[in-house]
Amino acid sequence: MLYGFGPVLLAGTIQTIELSLLSLGVAVLLGLVGAAAKLSFNRPLAVCATAYTTLIRSVPDLVLMLLLFYSIQIGVNQVTDALGMAQIDIDPFVAGVLTLGFIYGAYFTETFRGAFLSVPRGQLEAGHAYGMSGARVFARILFPQMMRFALPGIGNNWQVLVKATALVSIIGLADVVKAAQDAGRSTFNLFFFLLVAALIYLAITTLSNFALIWLERRYSVGVRHAQL
Amino acid sequence: MNDILHQFGQAFLYWDGEHVSGLAMTLWLLVVSVAFGFVCAVPLAVARVSSRRWLSLPVRFYTYVFRGTPLYVQLLLIYTGVYSLAFIRSEPLLDAFFRSGLNCAILAFALNTCAYTTEIFAGAIRSTSHGEVEAARAYGMSPFTMYWRIVLPSALRRALPLYSNEVILMLHATTVAFTATVPDILKVARDANSATYRSFESFGLAALIYCAVSFVLVAAFRRAEKRWLGHLAVRTR
Repeated sequence: MLYGFGPVLLAGTIQTIELSLLSLGVAVLLGLVGAAAKLSFNRPLAVCATAYTTLIRSVPDLVLMLLLFYSIQIGVNQVTDALGMAQIDIDPFVAGVLTLGFIYGAYFTETFRGAFLSVPRGQLEAGHAYGMSGARVFARILFPQMMRFALPGIGNNWQVLVKATALVSIIGLADVVKAAQDAGRSTFNLFFFLLVAALIYLAITTLSNFALIWLERRYSVGVRHAQL
Repeated sequence: MNDILHQFGQAFLYWDGEHVSGLAMTLWLLVVSVAFGFVCAVPLAVARVSSRRWLSLPVRFYTYVFRGTPLYVQLLLIYTGVYSLAFIRSEPLLDAFFRSGLNCAILAFALNTCAYTTEIFAGAIRSTSHGEVEAARAYGMSPFTMYWRIVLPSALRRALPLYSNEVILMLHATTVAFTATVPDILKVARDANSATYRSFESFGLAALIYCAVSFVLVAAFRRAEKRWLGHLAVRTR
């Protein structure tokens, strides 16, 4: 049915999912750090974090991707040239994960900042009063409650991130779009294979919707909702 | 930097010697697709919130498909996919339409932004206070008059903050147009990059232009919100 291109498409799909999940990890980490920096009383740190989120969010992700992708390689080349070392070729997959993570970290920073602010301060003070360390207050009190407020935003960002991974084929990664294009060109069935790629994305976003609904239910256990 | 500006400055802004290019092209893509999206989204949003399932289900399916797949894939499907079908090429009118990258890009962008805008407007219509709708009915307004005079004016205003987000995301989304050979800002940046091998300057310049347009759009929408959403603003002294 897929003219023998099933395995290629499967490999591309796996590549897309790996890329999305790894960049999600990088973005969430950067988002937590960024939100903490933005809310900190250290002024230079807060200014840096604000500049990061404002600049990254006002430039298209594809432009940033190309900018970072080419510039990182050129920068590394300059360093290796100066040190007299052999050229190090950056793996496009690693570069893709880092650039996507760096871009979406800015969006996650905003999401987490809002969520941090919606946990009542008294809760954190109570934690400190019990003699908990800062890390423990974060893990036991702030994080579980924050997640409830952050989940809708995380869900939105994840959906946008998955769709943004379609752009990595432009910087030469063998994701599902690239696989579909290759298969379509060699069988003269471009329309059919691109449709298959679209359906694969639709399946991924639909499945993640269900997962998000489940997560939202889990993190809002014990919350009373108004009866309308 | 200077020689890139000298060689490609004009192309970045409006003219690459043969075509309209760069900023002018990007703005044209944005304005046309957002305008098409807006005009189609208003009736679709009304259909989306309708209690008649034969009206709401097709719209729901349309927004589900277009919001669940990447714009890049949609553009590829419309530009390279549709044109690979034999019956499209044998029909002179369709052949002429789908051969042009610009037409395909505008079609893909309009369909995409229309799906998102429909959901935004539908959400705003749903949040209309029930008292307003009941009052309109009590006055004997027909459904059309009710939507035209009562529901849409306030719903579209309330949708403004989310709609401004969508327009800025659309500006960012127009960057994929270069894959359909449309000479937008990013296409010029790529040309500058391959001519000079100075990636940071070429793409950095493009990033600056997009950044500036984003800021102008944000400022314009902030003014629009002050004008049309003033009645909802928090009053402080």
